Amino acid sequence: MAQFQLNVNGKTHELNVDPTTPILWILRDHLNLVGTKYGCGIAQCGACTVHLNGIAVRSCQLPISSVGSNKLTTIEGLSENGEHPVQKAWLEHDVPQCGYCQSGQIMSASALLEANANPTEEEIEAAMHGNICRCGTYTRIKAAIKTASNS
Amino acid sequence: MKTIKTSIGRRSFIKRSTLAGGGIMLSFNWLTSCDMSPKQVKALPKEWFKINGFLKIGENGLVTIMSPNPEIGQNVKTSMPMIVAEELDVDWNDVIVEQAPLNTSLFKRQLAGGSQSIRQGWNSLRMAGATARNMLAQAAAQTWGVEVNEIITQKGYLIHEASGNKTGFGSMASLAAEMEIPEEVPLKDLADFKIIGTSRKNVDGTKIVTGKPLYGLDYSAENMLIAMLVHPPAFGMQLKSVDASKAASMPGVKKIFPIKTHLEDYSLGALDNDAFNEVAVIVGDSTWEVMKAKEVLKTEWELAPAKKEELSFFGRTVTVETPAGLESSKDHRQVFDKMSKKKGNVVRKDGDPEKMFKKAAKIIERTYTCPFLAHNTMEPMNFFADVTSERANLVGPIQTPEIMEESISKRLGMDKEKIDIQMTRMGGGFGRRLYGHFMTEAAVISKEMGQPVKLIYSREDDMTQGTYRPAYHALYRAAFDENNKLIAFHVRAGGIPESPLVANRFPAGAVDHYLAEEWSEKSNITVGAFRAPRSNFIAGAEQAFLDEVAETMGKDPIDFRLELLRKAEKNPVGENNDYEASRYAGVLELVKEKSNWTDSDQNVHRGTAAYFCHNSYVANVLDLEVKNGNPIVKKVYCAIDCGIVVNPDAATNLAEGGVVDGIGHAMYSAMTFKDGVPEQNNFDTYRLIRHGEAPKEIEVHFLDNQIDPTGLGEPPFPPIMGAMANALYKATGVRHYNQPFITDKPLAG
Ligand code: FES
Ligand code: FES
Repeated sequence: MAQFQLNVNGKTHELNVDPTTPILWILRDHLNLVGTKYGCGIAQCGACTVHLNGIAVRSCQLPISSVGSNKLTTIEGLSENGEHPVQKAWLEHDVPQCGYCQSGQIMSASALLEANANPTEEEIEAAMHGNICRCGTYTRIKAAIKTASNS
Repeated sequence: MKTIKTSIGRRSFIKRSTLAGGGIMLSFNWLTSCDMSPKQVKALPKEWFKINGFLKIGENGLVTIMSPNPEIGQNVKTSMPMIVAEELDVDWNDVIVEQAPLNTSLFKRQLAGGSQSIRQGWNSLRMAGATARNMLAQAAAQTWGVEVNEIITQKGYLIHEASGNKTGFGSMASLAAEMEIPEEVPLKDLADFKIIGTSRKNVDGTKIVTGKPLYGLDYSAENMLIAMLVHPPAFGMQLKSVDASKAASMPGVKKIFPIKTHLEDYSLGALDNDAFNEVAVIVGDSTWEVMKAKEVLKTEWELAPAKKEELSFFGRTVTVETPAGLESSKDHRQVFDKMSKKKGNVVRKDGDPEKMFKKAAKIIERTYTCPFLAHNTMEPMNFFADVTSERANLVGPIQTPEIMEESISKRLGMDKEKIDIQMTRMGGGFGRRLYGHFMTEAAVISKEMGQPVKLIYSREDDMTQGTYRPAYHALYRAAFDENNKLIAFHVRAGGIPESPLVANRFPAGAVDHYLAEEWSEKSNITVGAFRAPRSNFIAGAEQAFLDEVAETMGKDPIDFRLELLRKAEKNPVGENNDYEASRYAGVLELVKEKSNWTDSDQNVHRGTAAYFCHNSYVANVLDLEVKNGNPIVKKVYCAIDCGIVVNPDAATNLAEGGVVDGIGHAMYSAMTFKDGVPEQNNFDTYRLIRHGEAPKEIEVHFLDNQIDPTGLGEPPFPPIMGAMANALYKATGVRHYNQPFITDKPLAG
C-alpha cells in the first residue's frame, strides 16, 4: 500500500492503494467513476481509454504509481452534460448499439481531434484501431468523428 | 380500420388502476392469439416470448412506458415504447421510458432472443396504447356530455370539435381509470402513423455518451465484495483441489473456496448450460486485489469423467451426454473428414436425387467449414447478488431473467417470491446471456459470504469458459445435365456438437431432386446460441456454393437465384418450404436495383448473397477493392424485408452492425483448442474486426410493405459471409471455403 494524490477531472483525490493498481480499477472501484470500462485488461480493446494530459491512453495498463501529478480526464470529465462536440456528434448519429465500448471510442476520438482537427479517413482508422466495437458501429463512429471535426 | 380484442373469453389482457398521486396505470399482458392467424400462432415458441408491460399517465400528462424486454443493444427500449406511444397518440417528447424489472406481478416472460421482441410485441403493444386512448376518450366524453366516438386525439390532447372542448391527457387520466375497459379497440390505419416509421433517438443515448452507470459491471451496493473465479484450464478437466495458503494472505482477500454451481441432485434447466460446474472462488475488497490473488492461487485439476445428464428443456426431458477426454482442433478436423464421408440422417428428400447424380453429365462438389466462436460481448459476464436467508436480490445483464429465476430458486431452495431480479442494460448479448450460470454462481457465492457480492469474469475467464458457436462442416453437391442445367442438389452438413442444417430452407422447394442430410458428433466443449444460430454458418456456405453453381451454368448470380425463387413461388417442390419465395425475390430485386448491379465499375469486385432466417429476408451486394494486395470492403448494399420498420435509423444501425459483425467473423475470428485448452483467451490472440477493416460505407434499404414487423437482430448477420466469399473470389480468383478466410484452413489454428 502507498499514498497517492491523483488528479482526475480537475479534482485531487487522496488514495492509499497498491501501487500496481491500474487506473481503470482506481476509477471504477475507488472513485466510483464507472464510465471507463473494462473489456480486456491488456490494452487490446480500448474500452478503458482515458486522457493523460490530453493524450489517449489505456487505463487498464496504467498503474497508479506511474501517473504522478499528470492530469487524468475520464468520460465523466469530458463535459458537464454531454455537450462536448464529439459527444454531440455521437448523439446526432445515434451511434451506440449496446453502448459499452462507446465511452472508450469517444475518448479516443476526442484526443484525436484535439491533436488533429481535420483527420483524413486513414488517420481516423489508425487512431481508432485500438478500440473494438463488438456491435459493429464503426461506420457511424467514423461519420460522427467527421461531423465533430467540422464543428 | 382494424380492431383488436382486449380479452379472450372472460380473461382480459388489461388491468387498470388509479395511480397514487392521481392518473391512470394500465398493465397488460401478452396475447398470442390476439389477431394472429392460426399459422402464425403455430410457429410461436409460446413459452419463450411472452411480453407484458404497463403504461402510466400522470396528471401532468407525462406518460411513462415500461419497456418490458431486456435491452442488449437491439434498441427495443426505444422501439417498443414507440409502438405504445403511437396508438396512444401522445407526443414522443412527453414519454419517459423505464426498464421494467422482473418479478413483480405485472411482468412475466421477459426475454431477448431469437429476434422476437418486436415481432411478438407488436399487437399487444398497439393494443395497450389504443386501450388507454379509448379510456381517456371515454372520460372526456362523460365530462363533456358528448359521444365518445366524436372525440379525437392529437399529440396528447383530447378534442371535441363541435363543442370546442380540448384538454390534455393528464387532466382526464384519473377519471379514465374508472372507465370500462373496452372489449375491442380500433387500431390506427398504418397511413396515420406519426411515430412508427420515423427515426427516434436511443432513449439511453445521453447516458451512454456521458458514461453514466448503466451496465451490470457498473452496479454497486453498500458492503459489496468482489468475486472472481478460477475454472479448469481445459475442457475435459475438473477441479481436484484448491491450495489457498498463499493467495489467502494477499491484501484485500476475504475468502477462497470452491463452489458447485449445481449440486448432484439438481435437475438442470434448459439454460443452465455450464462446462465447469465446480470452480474455485476468490472474494475480496476490490477487483485488482482479487485479480492479483488469482494469479498466485494454486489449484489442481484432474480429468473429468464422461457424464450423462437429464436436462428439462421447456417441458421436455433431454439427455445430454458429455464425453471425457482432452479434445484438439486437429481431432475436430478428423471428425469432419470422417463424418462428411458417411451418409447422414436424411432430413429432406424430393424426387430421386441419387438417380439424377448417377446420370449427371457434370457434378460439382465443395466443402465448407467454420470454427468455434466465442461471443465476446464487450462487457464480460458478471452479476450482482445479495442473498440472505430471507431474500435474494440479483442485478445484472441477463437475456432470460425469468428462466434463470427458476434455476436460482431451485439452487438456493428459496421461493421465487423471495427472489428479485433487475435487468441492467447489457454490453452486448449475441445469445451469450441466454445462459445464466454466472447468476447462479453469484447467488451461491453471496450466500456463502453472507454479504452482497459482484461476480466478475475477466476477459480470459469469459473467453475460455465455453458456450461457443459450434464448429460446422457442410458438403454441397450439384448435378448438371449435358446442357448445364441444374438437375439435382445435395447437402450433407454437420457439426460439433450439432448440425447447422435447416431442412426446409431454400434451395429446397426450388430443385426437383433434392437431398439434405445431417450429422453431429458429441464434444465436451460447450456451445450455445450465437447470433442467428446455425444460419450463421450455413447461409454463407450455401450462398458461396450457389455462386459456383451459377458460374458453372454461365448465369448471373442474382438472376440465377431469382430463377430458382420464381420456380419455388409458381411451382414449388414439396410442401414444407419455410420461406415465402416472393419476399425472398423481393430483397434480391431491391439490392440489384440499388447497387446498380448490371453496370458496375471495373475496379470493383462484387459478391452477392441472400438469406431468410428469423422471419426476415436480407440480400447483399458487397463491393471489394484491392489496395496493395489487401481486400478493402468499399461498400455494402443491404436490402431487408422485415415488414413494417418501427424506428428506421435504429434499424439501419442494427443492420450495419450485422454486416460488420458478419464480415468480421467470416474473415478473422476463431476459437481453436489443443488438448482441451482454448488457444485464444483475449483480444491479442482472438481477432475481432477493427475500424480499418469495416466497410467504408453501408447502405441499408428496407422493403416498403405493410406486413407486421419481424426480427432484425439476427437476419442481417448470416448472408454477408457468403457475399464476402463471393466478392473475394472475384477479386483474387480464389474461392474461400474455410472460415476465417484470412487463414482459409479448416479449423485454422
Ligand atoms: S480494458 Fe484496457 S484496452 Fe481493453
Ligand atoms: S456499441 Fe456495443 S460494443 Fe460498441
